[in-house]
Amino acid sequence: MLKLILVRLASTIPVILVVTMLIFLLLRLSSGDPALLMAGDTASAEVIESMRISLGLDRPLTVQYGIWLSDLLKGDLGTSILTKQPVAAMIMERLEPTFLLTLSVICLTLLIAVPAGAIAAWFHRTWLDRSVMAFSVVGYSVPAFVIGYLLILSFAIYLNLLPVQGYVSPFTDFLGFVEHMTLPAVTLSIVMMALVARVTRSSLLEILGEDFIRTAKAKGNTDRRVLWKHALPNAAVPIITVIGISIASIIGGVVVTESVFNIPGVGRLTIDAIMSRDYPLVQGLILFFSLVYVGINLLVDLIYVLVDPRIRY
Amino acid sequence: MKLFYKPLFAAVILGVSASGVAYAKDPVTLKVATHASLRLLDPMTSTADITRDHSYAVYETLFSLDSQYDPKPQMVGDYSVSADQLEWRFTLRDGLVFHDGAPVKAEDAVASLKRWFARDITGGRLGKITKTIEAVDDKTFKIHLTEPYGLMLDSLAKRNAHVPFIMPKRIAETPSNQNISEVIGSGPLRFVAEEFQPGVRVVYEKHKDYKPRSEPMDALSGAREVKVDRVEWISFPDAQTAINALQKGEIDIIERLNHDMAGLLKDKKGVVVHRSGDMQSPAIRLNWLQAPFNSIENRRAVLHAINQQDFMDALIGDPDGYKVCQALFGCGTPLSSDRGVVAPDPAKAKALLKQGGYKGESTVVLNITDNPTFQGLAPMTAQVLRSIGMKVDMPSMDFATYFSRRKLKTPSSEGGWSVAFGGWSLMDLTSPIANINLDTRGETGYDGWSQDDVMAKLKDDFARATTREEQKEIAAKIQERAYELVFYVPLGTYYNYSAHRESVDRLPQAPVSVYWNIGKPAKANAS
Repeated sequence: MLKLILVRLASTIPVILVVTMLIFLLLRLSSGDPALLMAGDTASAEVIESMRISLGLDRPLTVQYGIWLSDLLKGDLGTSILTKQPVAAMIMERLEPTFLLTLSVICLTLLIAVPAGAIAAWFHRTWLDRSVMAFSVVGYSVPAFVIGYLLILSFAIYLNLLPVQGYVSPFTDFLGFVEHMTLPAVTLSIVMMALVARVTRSSLLEILGEDFIRTAKAKGNTDRRVLWKHALPNAAVPIITVIGISIASIIGGVVVTESVFNIPGVGRLTIDAIMSRDYPLVQGLILFFSLVYVGINLLVDLIYVLVDPRIRY
Repeated sequence: MKLFYKPLFAAVILGVSASGVAYAKDPVTLKVATHASLRLLDPMTSTADITRDHSYAVYETLFSLDSQYDPKPQMVGDYSVSADQLEWRFTLRDGLVFHDGAPVKAEDAVASLKRWFARDITGGRLGKITKTIEAVDDKTFKIHLTEPYGLMLDSLAKRNAHVPFIMPKRIAETPSNQNISEVIGSGPLRFVAEEFQPGVRVVYEKHKDYKPRSEPMDALSGAREVKVDRVEWISFPDAQTAINALQKGEIDIIERLNHDMAGLLKDKKGVVVHRSGDMQSPAIRLNWLQAPFNSIENRRAVLHAINQQDFMDALIGDPDGYKVCQALFGCGTPLSSDRGVVAPDPAKAKALLKQGGYKGESTVVLNITDNPTFQGLAPMTAQVLRSIGMKVDMPSMDFATYFSRRKLKTPSSEGGWSVAFGGWSLMDLTSPIANINLDTRGETGYDGWSQDDVMAKLKDDFARATTREEQKEIAAKIQERAYELVFYVPLGTYYNYSAHRESVDRLPQAPVSVYWNIGKPAKANAS
């Protein structure tokens, strides 16, 4: 297992290197100049040029990349062009809301979608199955921002039960955190739940038709035991795969959800950084997201081994 | 169903939010949704409105314009000018203190003005004719000019970027192309650096040692009395979320709303919507360097083709929300004039195109897609140009890309452009000196690269004029010349709106969003 982890970690190094190079080049070759944006509409060419020099943007691309990479190897992600704050600190400051939002979404999904998918499979072709599948189709089809606005309208504006927007750290006010996180977490998890419930159902349907399930039933196992003890673990691999993919894709949804609910997370930070062409910050964020993707993939591979002993790498 | 005789899981939604809870010891906090996110804190390196608004909270200026556009002393107590109009003396009023406790001295004003001279167009003009600027003592400084300058006080009261704010000398000595590293002013609000989250939240506290002027507030002049303990600016990436938050009472004020958004809040219980103090004036910029608009006739064709009424109807719709105004220095302003204005005439526009030798060259209209200020301008303009027989391309791009592309002087076939846009605040335009659309520096000047010696001379004359009457006459000539050569094409003027909870006072009627003289009862603290 340790060898697997080390090998997979080592294999990420060239991936990360390629990602950094691509991002660096894409940003620099795309139009838009942070010096211009900072200097403003009326700045003269001299002012803009002096701004570019002070930001180090006048140097050759290879030199800029070399400096960034060597700083990166020393653990320094650089400094934001706009705010002059360290990029690592800016990401860390915004990480908590995004991390907790993602965690809440995963918990909600596991708690609701997997059982819902199992129920749908067990009660195949009944109203329960059709209800879960209808939810699945709607949940996957409706954009997250529409769901978000509908939830705000219902639970915050009309029913006055929950806040419209904002974020409260659980370390300062746990109840406040739950209040503020409920709507965004539900919004984002609906899409993920729809997908996971559907995959759970289809994998279970396949497993429930297997001989060993019939044998388990013949041996007098209760329905509950057959479903949870025998069928679900054998259907776990595709479910874990789709959960892993969903977590990765949540990052896209986080950007929208953070905007709709005004949560100061890394999603919003990314959009702001791209719009203002804050190169070091965008590079730092993409690097961070790449590491998250790699980490999730590694985690999924490890869970495969734990869930299904037949799997070997 | 026996699988489910016990609940498989429980979803727990905790708590019911009790909005509007107040605690006796809570500081009274004004929560404001701002029109943009604050990231840049230096008013000399950024022209962003949000940076200007932040600076008005933290810093003060020597003079401020009142509602009649007259400069009134703000930090200055007394001032005088010599008989030959060459030496100006300014004495700071008593009781001015920076947020770090140091008294404001004349040397701080001198250093701040020198930094402004190096950065701002108006400041640069003043700096160019300044022979010496020096502190006489702790409270008095003098400016010695090489020639009379009739706009001295108006310049020191300049309202829009770059505003001559006064900072401590040690900070003002930062080179003008570098950002300041500390935010210390003498204004009525103190910036709380430790609570600042760029792009998310800005916190100010009442400056306890601030002594307001005794005169009543009139636009930006007069008393600046902070009536709350704290002001929090909250950035909302989505306007609809800010509207929801205001309705729910989670925030007190939405600083700026466009006409459509204001409509969503009208008649909502507990919310008041009103016009804000400034207006927005979009304009067309033409590229003087490249065909087809290197020809005066072709530029005049555009001028005759444009009908402000059509643009305002399409962009705003509600006639109460806009004004058709062809006066280049604004309608209802001291320099307002109808000299040289042109009535829409599509037939004449077509004739002028022929006269200008238009050969069907591609006319590139830059379309900005991610900034509401520019929404609709490019498609409308493109259609108008097509209607008079021009061939139009309309590439769409984000604002950052637009900004870069607008700097390109190459022909449109090589990535350049023909038509760009400016989204001006009316106060950017009210003076011929500060109105960048009247730039005459050609290839070294503002995008569009207009050049005209006659206009440059008129602007010099305007700066030297010492009476309002003289200034008004020269401004009318400037407008006439601007229309003759088509320096830019104004597209009308429309209102911005702001909204607030009934429990707090409205934003003061000033051309800049300021957070003084706004009362809020302690029990009305937003949740």
